[in-house]
Order: sequence, then C-alpha cells, then structure tokens
Amino acid sequence: MMDPSAYLLLSGILFGIGVAGVVVRKNVLIILMSVEIMLNAVNVAFIAVGSHLGDVTGSVFAFMVMTVAAAEAAVGLAILIAIFRLKETIDITELSVLKW
Amino acid sequence: MPLGNLESLRYFLPELAITTTILLLIVVHVVGKNRRSPAAALLALVGTGTALLFAWMTPAGEGMGLFEGMVVLDGFAVFFKVLTALATAIVIFMSIDCLELADRTQAEYYVFLLSVLLGMFLLSSATDIVMVYLALELVSIPSYLLAGYLKGKASSTEASMKYVVYGATASGVMIYGFSLLYGMTGSTQISEIGRVLTMGTVPLPALLAAVMVTVGFGYKIAAVPFHMWSPDVYEGAPTPVTAFLSVGPKAAGFAILVRFFYTVFASPGDADGMWKLSSSVDWPFLFAVMSAVTMTVGNLIAINQRNVKRLLAYSSIAHAGYMLMGFVMLSTAGLKAILFYLVVYLFMNLGAFYVVVLVENGSRSEDISHFSGLGRRAPLAAVSMAVFLFALTGIPPFSGFIGKVYLFAEVIHQGVYWLVLVAGINSVISLYYYARILKVMFLEDPTHTGELSVAFVPKVMLAILVVPTLLLGIYWEPVIRIAESSVRILTN
Repeated sequence: MMDPSAYLLLSGILFGIGVAGVVVRKNVLIILMSVEIMLNAVNVAFIAVGSHLGDVTGSVFAFMVMTVAAAEAAVGLAILIAIFRLKETIDITELSVLKW
Repeated sequence: MPLGNLESLRYFLPELAITTTILLLIVVHVVGKNRRSPAAALLALVGTGTALLFAWMTPAGEGMGLFEGMVVLDGFAVFFKVLTALATAIVIFMSIDCLELADRTQAEYYVFLLSVLLGMFLLSSATDIVMVYLALELVSIPSYLLAGYLKGKASSTEASMKYVVYGATASGVMIYGFSLLYGMTGSTQISEIGRVLTMGTVPLPALLAAVMVTVGFGYKIAAVPFHMWSPDVYEGAPTPVTAFLSVGPKAAGFAILVRFFYTVFASPGDADGMWKLSSSVDWPFLFAVMSAVTMTVGNLIAINQRNVKRLLAYSSIAHAGYMLMGFVMLSTAGLKAILFYLVVYLFMNLGAFYVVVLVENGSRSEDISHFSGLGRRAPLAAVSMAVFLFALTGIPPFSGFIGKVYLFAEVIHQGVYWLVLVAGINSVISLYYYARILKVMFLEDPTHTGELSVAFVPKVMLAILVVPTLLLGIYWEPVIRIAESSVRILTN
C-alpha cells in the first residue's frame, strides 16, 4: 500500500490551478479547460485514495467523472459555438445582454 | 441487504417508463416528417403520466436499497418523484401553449425535459456519492441545453453559456468535497460515510468537505451566494423552462440536500423526531445564516425588477431561503414543513409562470408594462395571477400562508427568534413587489388595447392550478400527513 500524501498534494495543487483559472481568465474556452483541470484533480485524488485502500471504487469513480466531463465539454463547446456565431467573441465580459 | 441488479428492475418501473419514452421520442424525431407536430408533446405527456402513476403506486415500505445500494426506494424518494413528475407534466402543457417554442423542433425539447426528470428521480433516491454525482449531472447537462433552446436569440444563448460555466464549476467543487469524504472514510455509501464520521475524525477536512458539497447543492437550489446564475438563466431561458427550473430541479436539490446532510453529518437523536450532529461541523448555523441572507438578497433585488420573469426569479431565490429555515432545525417537523411548502410552491409558482406565458404570447415581451390593464383584457388570467401572487406572499386564506405557518412555527418552537424576525420582515418586503404587479394589472389603463384571448386548454390548466392553491389554504390535512410519513421513513 503506497503513501497517498504526495498524490493528494498534487491533486490539491491542480485543483487550485483550476479554480484560479475559472476565477481569473476571461476567455470562455480557457474557463472550460480550467474546469477540466479541476475534474482531473478530483480523479487523481480518487485514484490515489482508492489504490491506498486497495478499493476499486475510487478508480470506478474516476471513470464516471471522465465520462461526465466528456458530456459536459461537448455541451459546453456546442453552446460556445452558438455564442460565437451570434457575437463573434468568446470573452465572458462581453456577455452582457442579461444584467441587473 | 440491498437488492442485486436484476431483482431491482421490478422496483424501477417509473425510471424505466421515462427511459422508454425518451428512446421513443428519439425515434419519433428521426422518423417523423413534421418536426413541429404535437405528437412528441403527447408522447412525453403519456410517459410522464405513466412514470407518475408507477411512482405513486410503488410499495415504498421501510426503505429498500436497489442496485447494490446505489439508490433507495423509500417514502421520501417517492414523495419527490411524484412532485417532480407532476411539475414536469404541468410544464409540458405550458410548453404546448407557448408560442416562443412553437417554431422550434419539438421532439428534442421533450427528450431534454424527460432526461432532467430521470435525473431528478435518481437524485431524490441516491444513497451513494457516485450516484449523487451522476444524477446531479443528469439534471444539469440537459438543463443547459433547455436554457439555450432558443438558438439564435442572444439572451437565451447567453443564459445557457453562463449556466454551463457556473454549473460545471460548482459540480467540480462538489466532487472534490466527495473525494475528501471518500479519503476520510474509504466508502462511497452515504450511510457508511456518516457512520465513520460519527466515530470522530479530524474536524478540518470534514468541515472543508461539508462546505464544498454545499457549493454543489447550493447551486442547485439557487441559495445565496451560489445564486449568481439563476436570474440570468431564468430571464434568458424560454418561459416554460424557467418555470420548470424554478420548481423541479430546486425540489430535487432539496431532496438530496436533506438526505445527504441528515445522513452524513447528523444522526437520529434521543428525543423523538429530533436529530443530533454527528461530527464537530456546526453546519446548521452556517445554513441558518445562508437562509437569512438568501431570502433578504432575493427580496431586496426583486423590488427593482421591471421584467416579470426576472422578478419571479428573485422571488424564487427568496422562497429557497424560506425553505432552508426548515432544513436547519434538525427536526422532523422542520423537514415536514419543507415538503409541504414544496407542494404549495409547485402550484403557485408554476401558476404565476403560466400567466406570464399567456401574456407573453400576446405581446412577445415580459416587461411589466405589458401586464397593464390585464384585469380588463383577460379577466380570468388576471384573477388567477392575483391568487398566485397572494399565495406567494403568504396572505391568508391562500395556501402559501399555511406553508409559511408550518415553517415559522417550527423555527419559533426551536427558539431561533432572530431567523423568524428576518423571515417576517422579508415577507413584508415581498408584499411590496408582488402588489406592484397587482396594481399594474387592475388599476392601470391598458397600454396595449385589444382582448387577450385565452384558449380553452390554458383556461382549464389555470383552473387546475388555482384550485389547489386555494384548497390547500383551507384543507391541507392529507398533504401534511403524506409529508409527515415521508419524513418518518428517513429517520430509520
């Protein structure tokens, strides 16, 4: 049974990078990529814990996350294309039809 | 012992009915020549009705684990299944009447709608964090597409883009919290996670996990500070979709919120009908603050809205705040009050949106000025709207009043007086902006002349929504009894 702490640290750093990307970046494409980094950080954590415990559920969860991430990316990119056709920009600060 | 996969199918009939309908709808979409024919809507309606009947008739019993413990069949799940299926059926009627959707492809719309319904069924019965995550995404991803269904309309597309960014981030944070829980306990079963946490763990990771999971669930019920997406999405999405999102996924979000927190971070206490905290995380206080902030922010921003759809969006945020009051009481009576309020809220909120759809069909706008003189142009719609708005405010003898009485009474009973005070002040604020719509409808002269014709089916549907809104204000005994028995099963 390996020690998972190094992997958990890696997962924490990756997650931090993903969150920072979502908060800071203005380009929707980069934001969606940052969300993918967050999800992969989760995968690293699940697989590290799973293999530490000798439990296969962690790896199974990682597969589920990958599947859902693919579906989410497909939908997100499709909507991104629809936005680009209307506005010719994917800068999130330009999405200002709706506001209070 | 949870049942295996094959034995479980017998108890999985509502979900199977929805899945079959979704597949049939895709076939209809491919084979059918006329993409705008109403056949798809009828098929979806039959599917939803069948699912509702199966859900209603399933022998719930004491709670039975299905699919190796992935989901559970108990009274609590059945209650939310019936509630969400009913909401979906009403929204299908609303979509048929909505001119905004009339020139769009029909079958795909209902495929997405029923996919969300399937997700809500699974979300309200999930007992494993893998299932919680999958069900939550099954609710979210088709919702993104529904919000952007008016492709080519700037507001609708923008709404769905914002929804995707917020939704994906929130669920990413939520599963990171799940990974912490899995790391601490080595299990994905929520009952097992709760049992291990009771034995005492390091408080900091548990607190961190609780906060991260709250992000995911808080986004689904649109509680402040995770509500940022909802006004934009509610305004941009087609009106029937807005109505659907404000009732269905919100109810399912409350179902999983209650099931998750009352299993993982609390356990049945010594006194009858009470829970006690099982770890050192004081989440009820955090949620109490969240509840107060949610209702205050929702109501204060609603005051300045001129778009009725956006106004109702902020009002639905405020109602989530009221319902959270019942969630933090750690008592059966509090949960019972939430369930009852959700039933009342379903009828009054869907009803208000139905009237918005009817007005929108005539004027192609949701601005409050198009409601002027509605009392003369369409008396039936205007009077129904008045009933729904009075109920939303919580004025007796309408049903919203009884819902609020149960919530407020339990908070007073537990002695959390500051929360009751905040909620009371908020009810008064909400009267102001609901009454503004009433004033425009009945006291102002019509700026748009001509009768607003309301066809036969919308008239019947309005009546179907008005009757429970009135009746539950006078005779609510059966519903409260069902709500109580649904919650009792959760205790065991």
